[in-house]
Amino acid sequence: MKYSYFPGCTLKNKAVDLDHYARVSAEALGFELEEISEWQCCGGVYPLGTDEIATKLASVRALNDAKEHGQDLVTVCSACHHVIKRVNDDMKNVDDIRTRANNYMKLDEPYAGETTVLHYLEVLRDRVGFDELKKKVVKPLTGKKIGAYYGCLLLRPGKLMAFDDPENPTIMEDFIRAIGAEPVIYPYRNECCGGYISLKEEDMSKNMCRKIEESAAGFGADMLITACPLCMYNLNKNNGGNLPVYYFTELLAEALGLKEEVDEQ
Amino acid sequence: MKTEHSRAEMIKEISGVNPLKCMKCGKCSASCPSYNEMDIKPHQFVSYVINEDIESLVKSKSLWKCLSCFACVERCPRDVKPGKLIDAARQIVVRERGKNYLLADDIPELIDPDTPQQLLVSALRRYRR
Repeated sequence: MKYSYFPGCTLKNKAVDLDHYARVSAEALGFELEEISEWQCCGGVYPLGTDEIATKLASVRALNDAKEHGQDLVTVCSACHHVIKRVNDDMKNVDDIRTRANNYMKLDEPYAGETTVLHYLEVLRDRVGFDELKKKVVKPLTGKKIGAYYGCLLLRPGKLMAFDDPENPTIMEDFIRAIGAEPVIYPYRNECCGGYISLKEEDMSKNMCRKIEESAAGFGADMLITACPLCMYNLNKNNGGNLPVYYFTELLAEALGLKEEVDEQ
Repeated sequence: MKTEHSRAEMIKEISGVNPLKCMKCGKCSASCPSYNEMDIKPHQFVSYVINEDIESLVKSKSLWKCLSCFACVERCPRDVKPGKLIDAARQIVVRERGKNYLLADDIPELIDPDTPQQLLVSALRRYRR
């Protein structure tokens, strides 16, 4: 199975690990991530104003490219997933935005939200299946107690993202079980890390990250996993190294016995 | 200078929110991780738009404390989306010439070797035009 892949700006730079582990693991699990040619940065946050059009066009271009290839669009970064999924919903359901975006785009055939947008975790759950993943694990992470850190962008708004139950998600815990480790459920797993606030208001983000980490550690986690480079940055910057944070793709590659292969590259 | 009424209408139009749906349950403020930092709280924000006191909103530091985490949007039982109202107020500030909250020249001071690109593009999009 081939998917159109939107890596995003950060996975080409500071979060290059998140990308490499995802690609290598995909291959082992029998699906291929075909990078969209000439993709442009999604902008990091979804433009909330109903009159915002130009700021959504990068997502529309990527979505239309996937449509032309007849493929579903896959992202690994939580932010790219959030932005592209919400823009796709606009293109499908909001007449004004669809009309105006298509006026800009001048495509041969107007884009109207036809592409299916999937996060990598959704591919694992809904296309590969966690049971299948489990069968392919060669180095189970037995004995590891892992807290899933969801953050905001994958889950909310729940109806639109349709990723999982926004208040009581299970997808990352199921993933943790599939790679042989033990999930630790803690109350702050879907609370915000501060996001972009850490640029100008470091202390605010610090407070939030401390609460998240104290909550996870208090419930017995010895590490956290995330899909978001900004969550990773904020958590790492603020925890004094007490609780290590990993990209979920790194642990996936490790369980599939591929981590060394990637690390040598 | 735009009137308070026209600025209130602008906020409603940009956000697509009908503040009259609010039943003042306060769940948005109870959910907000930035609550302690905000001078005008999310549930109050809705009332300021209804009362057309936009001058207080555009001067409020709350505009720059909202994280767009969508906890208020998720948990609002009336689908008012306070976070979208706050963003619309932020938009009427930064869309005015010279009112950007973050300047490109500020950035070198604010970053470190690990700063992800995602942080910069997100902040630039929220804080400036």
